Amino acid sequence: MTNATEKTTLRKIFDWHEQRLPIVSFIDHAVGTQYPAPRNLNYFWNFGFIAGFMLAVMTVTGIFLAMNYVAHTSMAFDSVERIMRDVNYGWLLRYMHANGASFFFIAVYIHIFRGLYYGSYKAPREVLWWIGLLILLAMMATAFMGYVLPWGQMSFWGATVITSMFTAIPWVGNAITTLLWGGFAVDYPTLNRFFALHYLLPFVIFGLVFMHIWALHIPGSNNPLGIDVSTKDKIPFHPYYTVKDAFGVGVFLLFYFAVVFWAPNALGEVDNYVKANPLQTPPHIVPEWYFLPFYAILRAIPNKLLGVIAMFGSILIMFVLPWLDTSRIRSATFRPVYKWLLIVFMLDCALLTWCGAQLPEGAPLILGRIGAAWYFLHLLVLTPVVGWLETPKPLPASIGEPVLRPAE
Amino acid sequence: MRKYILTAAAALALALPAASFAAEAEIHIPAEKWSFNGITGHFDKEQVQRGFQVYKEVCSACHSLEYISFRNFEALGYSEAQVKALAAEYEVEDGPDDNGDMFKRKAKPSDKLPKPYPNEKFARSANGGALPPDLSLIAKARHGGPDYLFHLLRGYDEAPADMKLADGMSYNKYFPGHQIAMAKQIEDDKVTYADGTKSDADQIARDVSAFLMWTAEPKMEVRHATGLRVIIFTLLFTVLAYFLKRRIWARIEQH
Ligand code: HEC
Ligand code: HEM
Repeated sequence: MTNATEKTTLRKIFDWHEQRLPIVSFIDHAVGTQYPAPRNLNYFWNFGFIAGFMLAVMTVTGIFLAMNYVAHTSMAFDSVERIMRDVNYGWLLRYMHANGASFFFIAVYIHIFRGLYYGSYKAPREVLWWIGLLILLAMMATAFMGYVLPWGQMSFWGATVITSMFTAIPWVGNAITTLLWGGFAVDYPTLNRFFALHYLLPFVIFGLVFMHIWALHIPGSNNPLGIDVSTKDKIPFHPYYTVKDAFGVGVFLLFYFAVVFWAPNALGEVDNYVKANPLQTPPHIVPEWYFLPFYAILRAIPNKLLGVIAMFGSILIMFVLPWLDTSRIRSATFRPVYKWLLIVFMLDCALLTWCGAQLPEGAPLILGRIGAAWYFLHLLVLTPVVGWLETPKPLPASIGEPVLRPAE
Repeated sequence: MRKYILTAAAALALALPAASFAAEAEIHIPAEKWSFNGITGHFDKEQVQRGFQVYKEVCSACHSLEYISFRNFEALGYSEAQVKALAAEYEVEDGPDDNGDMFKRKAKPSDKLPKPYPNEKFARSANGGALPPDLSLIAKARHGGPDYLFHLLRGYDEAPADMKLADGMSYNKYFPGHQIAMAKQIEDDKVTYADGTKSDADQIARDVSAFLMWTAEPKMEVRHATGLRVIIFTLLFTVLAYFLKRRIWARIEQH
C-alpha cells in the first residue's frame, strides 16, 4: 500500500510536466478553480461561453467542408451540392455550418446587449470591450466571405453590392474595390481570395478571444449589480460556472439543433439555391439577417458615401461608448431612465433588422430612417445627457447586503 | 417546410424579429399537406416513384435534373436490377475510345440523367427564348417550395381581360408577374400510372412536386431520424446538467 503522503507515479509525471510547462495550472487559472467569479452572475453570463463553443463548432465543421469544397467559380456550387448529396454526413456539416453562423451571431448579439445593460464596457473594462468589438468585426468579415463561397445568386450579388460600397470612398475607393475583387468584377479571383481569408480569419478570432479572456481576468467579471465585488462574494469558476455553462450550452443547442434538423433553410435565401449568374440580377438583394440592421442604416441615407460612413460608424461609435456614457453606475438596474432608454434602443435594433429586409421604399424606408436616426441620437446625445441628469437608485454595498436605506 | 412548431418556438424564444427576413412574396401560396412535413416527416416512396414517372414522361422533354444519377433512385425503393434496366433505356455519349472517337453507349447506374438539350442556347431557341430551369433544386430555390410547385402547375387560367399576354406566354396565378413561358403541362390522365393510382390533374401535380422535393433534399429522411436522436441525447444531457448544477449550487445557496 502506498502511503497517503507519498505521490503516485502518475502524480509525479504530472508534476514533472507542470514544472516545465504549467498548462494545467494555466487553464485552472483561466476557467477553473483558481478563477474567482462573482456569485450572482445570471444566465446572460452564459453567452460568452456559448459563443466560444460556436466558434469551435464552426471551425470543426468548416475544416471538414473545406476538404470537399472547390473554390472555383465553375465548380463551387456543384461542390457544395456534392457535399450535400454524396459526402458522408456532408448535409450535416453544411447545415451545421450555415446555421451555426446564425446561432453564433445570436449568441454574440445577446452577449453584447448583456454588456450594454450591465455596463460591462465601463472602467476598468474598456479594453476588454474593444477586443470584443474587434471580434465582432472579424466575425462579420468571416461570415460575409463565407456566404460568398457556395456561389449562389445571393452569394454573387451580395458580394457585388457590398464590395461596391467601397467605391464610394473618395480617391482610393476604386483601387480598394479592385484589390478586393482581384480584377474588375466579382469573379474567380474574388472567390479564391475570399476562401483563403475565410479560412484564415477564424484563427485570428481565436487569437482575439484569447486576448479577450486575458483582458477579462485583469479586473474579473462584472455582475448584474455592476458593483465591485469583494473576495467573500466570489466563488471559484469551476465547478460553479462550468456546470452552469454546461446547462446553458445544452439549452442553446436544443434550439440550434431544432433549426439544423427541421428547418435548415429557414434562415437562408431561396435564391442561393440558384447558381450565380452575373447576367441576371435577382429582384431583391438582401444580406444574411445578422447584417440587416447595418444594411438598413446604409440604405436610410440617400447619399452613398454618407450611407457607408453611417454604416461603419454605427459599429465604430461603440468603441467610444465607455466615454459617451457619462454615468459611473454600471448596471442599468440602478438607472431608472437609462434602463428604459436601453430597452427602446434594443427595440430600435430589432426595427432596423426588419427594415433591412424590406424593399427600401414607402413605410419601411421611412421607418428605417427614423430607426437609424434614433440609433445615433441614442448613442451620441441621449446616452451622455441622461448620464449627467439622471438620479440613480442607491447601490447595495455588497452582493449579500440589501440596498442601504437612505438615513431618515 | 417553414411551418414547424419547433422552429417557431426557436425563433420566438430567441427573439428574432418575427417577420420572415426575406421580403414576403406578394402572391399567397396556400400550404398543402405533405408526407414529409413534421418532425418525423418522410417521403411517400410510391408517390415519389409516381412523380418520377411524371417527370420522365412529361417534364424531362424540357427540364434537366443535373444532380441526379440513376443510382440515386435506389433510395426510392427500386432494386439494383430495376435501376440498371432503367439506365439502359437511355443512351449517353462516352469516349474518346482508343481511336479518339466519341461513341454512344447504354447508360449505367453511375451516370447522371441525360439532359434534354445540349446547351443553353439550344434550350432557349427550342422554347421561344425562355430557359427551362434545371429542376434538381427547384423545390428549395423558390419561396413556398413544394406548395409553390403544386400551385404553379395547377395555376393556369384565362388571363384577365385587362392583361395582354406576350406571344407564347401563358397566364399563371402563382408565377411572379403571372406571365410564364411554360405552357400548361398537366391535365387529367396526362400519364397513366403504373401502380393504378387515379391520375387526375391534382394527383399528378402533387406527385411530381413531391418528387422534386426529393431531388432537392434527398437526405431529408436521415436528417429527421438523426435529428430525433441528437435532440433526445441533448435533452438528456441538458436535464442531467441542470440537476448537477442545482446540486453543486446547493452548497452555497444554503446560507
Ligand atoms: C415544353 C417544355 C416544357 C415542359 C414539357 C415542362 N416545362 Fe417547365 N418550364 C418550361 C419553360 C420554358 C420554363 C421557363 C418559364 C419562364 O421562365 O417563364 C419552365 C419553368 C418551369 C418552372 C420554374 C417556374 C419558376 O418559378 O421560375 C418549374 C417549377 C417547372 N417549369 C416545372 C415543370 C414541371 C414539373 C414539368 C412537368 C410536369 C414541366 N415544367 C414541363 C418549359 C417546359
Ligand atoms: C468565425 C467562424 C465562422 C463563421 C462565422 C463562418 C460563416 C460561414 C457562412 C455564413 C458560410 C456560408 C454558409 C452557406 O450558406 O453555405 C460559410 C461557408 C463556409 N465556411 Fe465558414 N465560417 C466560420 C469558420 C470557418 C472555418 C474555420 C472554416 C474552415 C477552416 C470554414 C469553412 C467554410 C467553407 C468551406 C464554407 C463553404 C461551404 C458552404 O457553403 O457550406 N468556415 N461560413
